[in-house]
Amino acid sequence: MNHWLAIVGMMVLTVLIRASFLVFGQRLAFPDWLNRALHYVPPAVLSALVVPMALAPAGNIDISLHNAYLPCIIVAALVAWKSGKTLLAIVISFVVYGVWRWGLGL
Amino acid sequence: MTHALNRRALLLEGARDTVPMLVGAAPFGVIFGTLAIAAGLSPATALGMSVLVFAGSSQFIGVSLIGAGTALPVLWLTTFVVNLRHALYSATLLPYARDWPLRWRWPLAFWLTDETFAVVEHRFRTKGTDGGQWYWLASSLAMYGNWLFWTMVGVSLGQSLPGLATLGLDFAMGATFAAIVAPQLKRRPALGAALAASVVAMLGRGLPYKLDLMLAAVVGVASGLLLEQWNKRKEQAA
Repeated sequence: MNHWLAIVGMMVLTVLIRASFLVFGQRLAFPDWLNRALHYVPPAVLSALVVPMALAPAGNIDISLHNAYLPCIIVAALVAWKSGKTLLAIVISFVVYGVWRWGLGL
Repeated sequence: MTHALNRRALLLEGARDTVPMLVGAAPFGVIFGTLAIAAGLSPATALGMSVLVFAGSSQFIGVSLIGAGTALPVLWLTTFVVNLRHALYSATLLPYARDWPLRWRWPLAFWLTDETFAVVEHRFRTKGTDGGQWYWLASSLAMYGNWLFWTMVGVSLGQSLPGLATLGLDFAMGATFAAIVAPQLKRRPALGAALAASVVAMLGRGLPYKLDLMLAAVVGVASGLLLEQWNKRKEQAA
């Protein structure tokens, strides 16, 4: 397979999707309900990305001690919720990840 | 004069607000680079994918499909579906960017990642959009430079340490997204949207073309909207 051809195709598709509304939708006026609905895009999409990563990092649900992703992601969410400081939350969760894996000898 | 100062302040603010995302994306970029080498891409094509495609999750899926020798139409269809959520981002940001010239909207669209979307949407919603294209540009460039740098690190590590990809560092992406989303869940409809999307995402794991993600987004957004409507009706009744 030609890798460059594959990449250029991926690029074109990705740009077109990202430009869909921003570039081609200039004249679209959304009805009020749609504007309100779009406010729920960040919580919905981000949660749909995060929760499976936390509960099933390898595909199957794993809530054992061996799943170091779960405590890290919970810690990141809690610290960010409490402090509102994203960077702090991420740094603390990195530490938890390292300590967790080291502690369990993973 | 004040205009230029203002622009610099906006650029600095956009870059600064994006720093946490840079930290979260760094290990992800390293892993992408190592995986791309492991999948048989050359260093130039691995880096080229980061330069041209600039979309973390579809790059991961892309290299694994390329490694498996998948046919091009399947690879492209997968890329398309995995990136569909970006159309939602594009729609969400359109009301802020509607009047900007195309020379702004094309490049900002090219650079529109999960992270920059989260940062920019939050800024515009809470503080307004005056001069926001400079803020958005700084966030985009910071993410882009960061992604290219860490891809290069991953590519060179992948050539010398082939086992690195199994270290499981992609938890960093999960931690970053969790830290972005958690503070947004203080309002009940947003929490409902998040819970509904999570349940659908869990149930739909492994659907082809990552359709689970799109389905979860749609159900989540609809749930948020319904809860908001329901709250309003309760308030009016009280």
